[in-house]
Amino acid sequence: MNGAGKAYFGRRYLLSASHRLHSEELSPEANVDAYGKCNNPRGHGHNYVVEVVVGGAVNPETGMVIDLAALDRVVGSRVLERFDHANLNLDPLFEKSVPTTENLCRTVFGLLRDALPDGDLEYVRVEETESNFFQCYEA
Amino acid sequence: MVFLTRRATFSASHYYWNPVWNAEKNEQVFGRCSNRNGHGHNYTIEVTVSGEPDPVTGFVVDLKWLKGVMECEVLEAYDHRHLNLDVPEFATTESSATIPTTENIAIAAWKRLEPAIAAAQGARLSSVRVYETPEIFAEYRGGA
Repeated sequence: MNGAGKAYFGRRYLLSASHRLHSEELSPEANVDAYGKCNNPRGHGHNYVVEVVVGGAVNPETGMVIDLAALDRVVGSRVLERFDHANLNLDPLFEKSVPTTENLCRTVFGLLRDALPDGDLEYVRVEETESNFFQCYEA
Repeated sequence: MVFLTRRATFSASHYYWNPVWNAEKNEQVFGRCSNRNGHGHNYTIEVTVSGEPDPVTGFVVDLKWLKGVMECEVLEAYDHRHLNLDVPEFATTESSATIPTTENIAIAAWKRLEPAIAAAQGARLSSVRVYETPEIFAEYRGGA
């Protein structure tokens, strides 16, 4: 398929982590108003699905936009090892921001953007539950 | 503009093999996928078309019609086939092959669908997404 232009390759990863949604800039009452049960002081957790989509030309020798094993290594070392089975609030990247799934999604985009061996990061989607998901096209 | 997606499934076998490379190189790049006895997947294909809803029917396209186009152009060619051996766009010669990776299947399905959808003069084909497993997919949106 030479000359076919850009295609997109996507991969979904699982990540289990805990967090608490709480802003130091809000009063205790305002935190409860904003975050409800997600403001529980002891935190709670999710099985997140992180979907990573890479765009680029299809290499005519391999038929691939990016080698799946190479993508796995990058996502594994930069995202999964960092966040899987961790408390997101304790990560330095969330020292100044609340680990909402919006912010997690942007953070993951920033961690991966310049680390890919081939192609460009098109978007990162993080599914917090089967009903809630967030998608970023920039960090 | 409204985007409308229809999903279908097909089951097929394939292997990854670049005839220009020796066996070691094929195994190094493609791993288990280079096994010449082949292996298979249950693929899911999502075809997205875009356009304005028709003021009379409220449809971007008639979904029954789109189902028929997908069955006739893609599923009849790919379902329960060996992609390398049964599908002409993935045929291997001594010096070249379009390897039936998920990326190339998305592009090939686009090329099969696009003329039929364009000829209907309603919606335009917007993207073709192919899932090889629930965790692995490729998408093609046309263009150069």
